[in-house]
Amino acid sequence: MGSNMAECHPVGFQWVMEAKARGARVIHVDPRFTRTSALADTFVALRAGSDIAFLGAIVNHILTTGREFREYVAAYTNASAIISEDYEDTEDLDGLFSGWDPETQTYDPTSWQYAGMPAAPSAGTKESSPQGEAHGYGSKLEGAEPPATDPTLEHPRCVFQILKRHFARYTPELVEEVCGVPKARFLEVAEALCDNSNRERTSAICYAVGWTQHTVGVQYIRTAAIIQLLLGNMGRPGGGILALRGHASIQGSTDIPTLYNILPGYMPMPHAARHGTLDDYIAANTAPAGFWGHADAYFISLLKAWWGDAATADNDYCYDYLPFITGDHSSYRTIVDMADGKVPGFFVLGQNPAVGSANGKLHRAALAELEWLVVRDLVEIETATFWKDGPEIDTGELRTADIGTEVFFLPAAAHTEKDGSFTQTQRMLQWHHKAVEPEGDCRSELWFYWHLGRIIREKLAGSTDARDRPVLDLAWDYPLLGQTGEPDAEAVLREINGVGPDGRTVGGYTELKADGSTACGCWIYSGCYADEVNQPARRKPASEQDRVALEWGWAWPANRRILYNRASADPSGRPWSERKRLVWWDGDAQRWTGHDVPDFVIDKPPDYEPPEGAEAEHALRGDEPFIMQTDGKGWLFVPSGLVDGPLPTHYEPHESPFSNPLYAQQANPARQTYRRRDNRYNNGNGAVDYPFVMTTYRLTEHHTAGGMSRFLARLSELQPEMFCEVSPALAAERGLVNGGWATITSARSAIEARVLVTERVKPLRVQGRDLHQVGLPYHWGWKGLSTGDAANDLFPLALDPNVHIQEVKAATCDIAPGRRARA
Amino acid sequence: MRPAPVTDETATGYYGNPVLKAPVWKPVIALYFFTGGVAGASSTLGFAALLAGNRRLARSALLASAAGIAVSGPLLVVDLGRPARFLNMLRVAKPTSPMSVGSWILSAFAPASMLAAGSAVTGRLPRTGRVAAGAAGVLGPAVATYTAVLVADTAIPAWHDAHRELPYLFAASAAASAAGTALALTPVPDAGPARRLAVMGAALELAAFRAMERRLGEVAGPYKEGRAGTLARAAEACTAAGAALGLVAGRRRPVAVAAGALLCAGSLITRHSVFRAGFESAADPAATIGPQRSRRAAG
Amino acid sequence: MTRMGFFTDTSICIGCKACEVACKEWNDVPDDGLNFLGTSYDNTGALGADTWRHVAFVERPRGGSAPPSSPPVNGQDAGSSPAADALDTGSAGVRWLMSSDVCKHCTHAACLDVCPTGALFRTEFDTVVVQQDVCNGCGYCVPACPFGVIDKRESDGRVWKCTLCYDRLKSDMTPACAKACPTQSIQFGPLDELRDRAAGRLGVLREAGVSEAHLYGADDNDGVGGFGAFFLLLDAPEVYGLPPDPVVTTRDLPRMWRAAAGAALALVGAVAAACARPR
Ligand SMILES: Nc1nc2c(c(=O)[nH]1)N[C@H]1C(S)=C(S)[C@@H](COP(=O)(O)OP(=O)(O)OC[C@H]3O[C@@H](n4cnc5c(=O)[nH]c(N)nc54)[C@H](O)[C@@H]3O)O[C@H]1N2
Ligand SMILES: Nc1nc2c(c(=O)[nH]1)N[C@H]1C(S)=C(S)[C@@H](COP(=O)(O)OP(=O)(O)OC[C@H]3O[C@@H](n4cnc5c(=O)[nH]c(N)nc54)[C@H](O)[C@@H]3O)O[C@H]1N2
Ligand code: SF4
Ligand code: SF4
Ligand code: SF4
Ligand code: SF4
Ligand code: SF4
Ligand SMILES: [Mo]
Repeated sequence: MGSNMAECHPVGFQWVMEAKARGARVIHVDPRFTRTSALADTFVALRAGSDIAFLGAIVNHILTTGREFREYVAAYTNASAIISEDYEDTEDLDGLFSGWDPETQTYDPTSWQYAGMPAAPSAGTKESSPQGEAHGYGSKLEGAEPPATDPTLEHPRCVFQILKRHFARYTPELVEEVCGVPKARFLEVAEALCDNSNRERTSAICYAVGWTQHTVGVQYIRTAAIIQLLLGNMGRPGGGILALRGHASIQGSTDIPTLYNILPGYMPMPHAARHGTLDDYIAANTAPAGFWGHADAYFISLLKAWWGDAATADNDYCYDYLPFITGDHSSYRTIVDMADGKVPGFFVLGQNPAVGSANGKLHRAALAELEWLVVRDLVEIETATFWKDGPEIDTGELRTADIGTEVFFLPAAAHTEKDGSFTQTQRMLQWHHKAVEPEGDCRSELWFYWHLGRIIREKLAGSTDARDRPVLDLAWDYPLLGQTGEPDAEAVLREINGVGPDGRTVGGYTELKADGSTACGCWIYSGCYADEVNQPARRKPASEQDRVALEWGWAWPANRRILYNRASADPSGRPWSERKRLVWWDGDAQRWTGHDVPDFVIDKPPDYEPPEGAEAEHALRGDEPFIMQTDGKGWLFVPSGLVDGPLPTHYEPHESPFSNPLYAQQANPARQTYRRRDNRYNNGNGAVDYPFVMTTYRLTEHHTAGGMSRFLARLSELQPEMFCEVSPALAAERGLVNGGWATITSARSAIEARVLVTERVKPLRVQGRDLHQVGLPYHWGWKGLSTGDAANDLFPLALDPNVHIQEVKAATCDIAPGRRARA
Repeated sequence: MRPAPVTDETATGYYGNPVLKAPVWKPVIALYFFTGGVAGASSTLGFAALLAGNRRLARSALLASAAGIAVSGPLLVVDLGRPARFLNMLRVAKPTSPMSVGSWILSAFAPASMLAAGSAVTGRLPRTGRVAAGAAGVLGPAVATYTAVLVADTAIPAWHDAHRELPYLFAASAAASAAGTALALTPVPDAGPARRLAVMGAALELAAFRAMERRLGEVAGPYKEGRAGTLARAAEACTAAGAALGLVAGRRRPVAVAAGALLCAGSLITRHSVFRAGFESAADPAATIGPQRSRRAAG
Repeated sequence: MTRMGFFTDTSICIGCKACEVACKEWNDVPDDGLNFLGTSYDNTGALGADTWRHVAFVERPRGGSAPPSSPPVNGQDAGSSPAADALDTGSAGVRWLMSSDVCKHCTHAACLDVCPTGALFRTEFDTVVVQQDVCNGCGYCVPACPFGVIDKRESDGRVWKCTLCYDRLKSDMTPACAKACPTQSIQFGPLDELRDRAAGRLGVLREAGVSEAHLYGADDNDGVGGFGAFFLLLDAPEVYGLPPDPVVTTRDLPRMWRAAAGAALALVGAVAAACARPR
């Protein structure tokens, strides 16, 4: 669901095809019938933006038909935990949870806490910023075990009962009304999932940005998590929730983040108001139980990796050299500030926001307010040329002469022209070797940043100004290779792995220390250079090893292929079934063993009870598999860490032609919006001006904002022009002709596209009337061989509050035949 | 192994796209079919006239033959793009390739025809000329008919399926055009054989065309409708008129010239009609799919 | 040498066009024009001089040739249970067939038969390849091919088509298209092995109730003597733009020559008759 795997992950999809050949049933739920649907056994069309109703109804179906995997749920989830008396559900408050502050438009999550447990002064609390800036792992609790539980799961305030009540109204009838999915078809899916989830069988759920790019994106995935925990599909082979990720190393770019609010290994960025000192930071981020109990070792090792010998116990390992955040500095926030003239300069590397980001017009206007802009890319993308050939120049809204932005375009080396690693969807690092030298002035990012740093350091050399110390004290010392002085990428990987007091690489994060004797660039990657060997470069063929193939690449953490795999065995350490065995307790050897690397303290017996005063992983019992969680449990109910509620709730998309049939609260109350002239919304009279739902997506033939495909003839010819997909019914209603032109309008803008009339898009019956959906690939811009209007010009900035992702999977539009008006 | 029967909407296949590729030949090839036909049949007529002692007729026919073949060469080169490319044809001799066979025939025919014509016009080397005329006369029918095999030996239904009649059509058309040329070039008293050949050729041409249309059945469309169909009707009219004129008033020189011109026009247009029909047939997926489907259904 | 070829199993083709792109990259085939065709996701249209692999996209109403009671094992089947379909406004009614087409490397290859220069030849792998330095662009092979595969590239006047990656085969490598195919829809290997595999696969599909699955071009007795590159299809060949019963044109060539001989004799006869002295 929410993924078009065949089109967007074709290479990974071969394994789905193989599973299918071996008898797996493939179900695809999507607004459109896609290439994935074509290969699925069952296809279900649903209205874009309605998945929580669908998934919530599956939760309800599981609970009302008693299909949950009882032993698993009771032992491994927080189903039995009793929640605070102050907690009030959306069912009680007509769409709001307790703790809503209409003034600040944020939640105080205190009442969502386990009964009897003090609220953690960390992520997601009132004191923390309302929009999740400091989120890292985000799930810390003040104590370990929930203070009050009811193992019978009968207590009215236990998670299990709350869950039942919360989803009781999510019925097949509701699915039909909200999602446009006929009851029978919904039940077929729900039954298939239940039937295939037990001791002997597991089901996996794949998702990608069809789920995330909503104002409730995080809660979509939470709903899937509830289903998979109830069905016992987590930590077991063939189960799980598989996030199919984006760009080749987008997983890597969150592990070693390009995000403003986390540091490598999902450690929160220090917050100016709350983490003034190293001790504050460590105290706030060290969990009483689980592996987050060693946050100090991870963090201090990181500081040691960055500032080397300059980082000492006396100067708090240069803690104050780090930048501190003060609030939301996310991409969209920054763009809005930029449009208001508050941002002087901008680096754009490997991104094409003038095309790829929601509300393209606002983006281009913002870029025009900059003093300087650096774009490093393989080709001269729209973001680098908006000032001379953008659509606003065409229409006269902007004049080149009036744009003061100084643009530096620097050619980048492609992945084939440099060494490095990719971290893919399975958290696996794979090394790629340079195949050819980059041409001309093209250089790698590593080269660019290292030499930029070198030059800045040379300029600052001898400075006595304290503010220059963080730069001057950096350990900036990779070996340089070749004519161009390319820093050695393997040396970087080695630094990421971490070194011990003897200067040799450590074997994994458990060897990291908080005393400054170890240095490690990213604790979760620790072990990727164990034994001084580049582990991601391993390429032992599948035929020469077992099916888990542990010697192909290297997956974090510790080369485990399935996270929380302790859950593949029952509480006593025996596999749930022979068929599904993966990791189990070997009583003779007194160790965990199996096909995968056990995700558990290797010699902690299943019956281990933490002694009084135990810390970190030792504070978790031997039958608690979710070792990164403070209570070792899978969370059906999230007492801490989310800013928009502990349970998923169906809200309409920010723009919707329908009203929420469940609650007075129409859309996610905590969603992030920017009400401004250059970001107009259509949520006054939803269905009238813009009666249709539009959704955006990808095509196999192109890549994202087009820099890597629209400039290549052999890809461009395969999908040569921007088009929209409409049903024959909508075409008839609006006079659209296959192969002709259409103009699609939203509250923001109008774009034109060629028309593809197809039976694959069908009107859905929603709330008693036929709804038409308009499908829009978002790959086009005005440059390259294949050009067209950018779908993103139609979409507003309306964001998920947890992760600031834009809602580009559902909004409202109108469509008419013909090309758009030109100035 | 056979798939279940399909519904009729699939008769036009994949988005109505052609199943076959249209030939890449330029219209000069239709012209070449004509000039080759004139050359081939003329050489036979010329040689027969020589044998019969009709020197005037022999001279004009051999001249027409040489002129026809002299034009043919450049026409082929125009289609190939470069003269040197013709030489590649002579790398090999392939009986399975009518074009290869044709190339060798042409290579033998062209010099013979030239020599015969040269000798007939100048009166020099009479013996060699006679031998050359004999060779050309014998090869002539092959030159006139191989082009029919050339087009028939393709996958295009309107051509391939006409493979039994096309050689007759081309031979008859060649005869008519050769006779027409001779009519126009030969003084009336000596043009008797040409008049007779004109009538025979024209009659056979018309008959062969009809027979071909009949056999083609459901793929005869292009010969009946569209541009090729219009050309076919025009060709018929020209040929019939030319023959009639020749028969009725062929003893008056201007009329003979007109009759000859009509016959040639008829022949030329016939070739264009056949040529075009191939393109139209190739472009129509139903023409490819329909008969094959019936064939398959029949087992 | 053993005959090498392709088995293209369209039941697992995901329409990613990696084969098209890989072919062009390896063989340096130019683009075929940037034209929006409005024919589903196919903007290439057909095989040609600049497209040696072509992925067809067929949107067909569901039901078609499949008996309504067959279980939903057909990979490309939109619906599953007939009961649900009856209720369904959203999903029923469409199948999306994808199929990667290529030169068939016919046992009896018309293109090769008619080529006057010998540019087209049969390799040691029993594949049919154009020698570009010999081809003179006469274009005869173009209308001869019963599948409309081979075509002339206007820019250089010669004809081009799939070589079955002759250069790669000679270096013991898998053809580029098969190598790139993520789902093994394109399988490369010795032809007899492929035929066995295909028969097995067909059996599996049939058993699973995909009654419309059938092999196309795997029969030595068909009009071209079997294909070196054959297919498993889920609908009638013509649905994919393939001829239902292709025949190599040269099968009728002897008859054509005989007709030509007859016609030539008739011509001689007519001339003789015309020249005979009138009484
Ligand atoms: N060829 C190719 N591959 C790619 C990319 C590319 O651009 N081209 N991009 C890469 C990147 S960066 C990413 S992030 C991934 C993304 O991979 P995907 O998430 O698979 O890509 P999308 O096509 O954006 O969206 C997936 C599907 O979500 C559906 N959808 C839209 N709204 C909803 C909804 O509300 N509910 C449900 N259930 N479905 C919905 C769309 O119809 C679409 O079919 O792909 C990666 N792979
Ligand atoms: N409407 C709508 N909008 C969306 C989405 C959607 O589904 N719908 N999806 C969103 C998602 S998931 C994503 S990931 C974004 C993607 O959007 P962007 O990231 O803005 O777009 P890309 O085209 O992926 O930009 C990557 C650029 O990096 C360049 N590049 C490649 N390799 C290198 C390199 O090694 N170095 C440098 N410097 N440059 C390199 C490429 O040429 C390309 O121009 O779009 C988002 N926007
Ligand atoms: S483009 Fe690369 S990452 Fe994406 S599916 Fe293909 S091989 Fe995988
Ligand atoms: S498919 Fe056509 S081009 Fe290919 S071998 Fe057969 S006849 Fe020749
Ligand atoms: S075009 Fe080339 S390959 Fe085709 S028949 Fe002529 S010479 Fe042979
Ligand atoms: S075998 Fe080679 S030449 Fe033929 S289609 Fe595949 S990649 Fe192209
Ligand atoms: S590469 Fe394989 S799966 Fe992709 S379109 Fe070609 S044949 Fe189909
Ligand atoms: Mo992405």
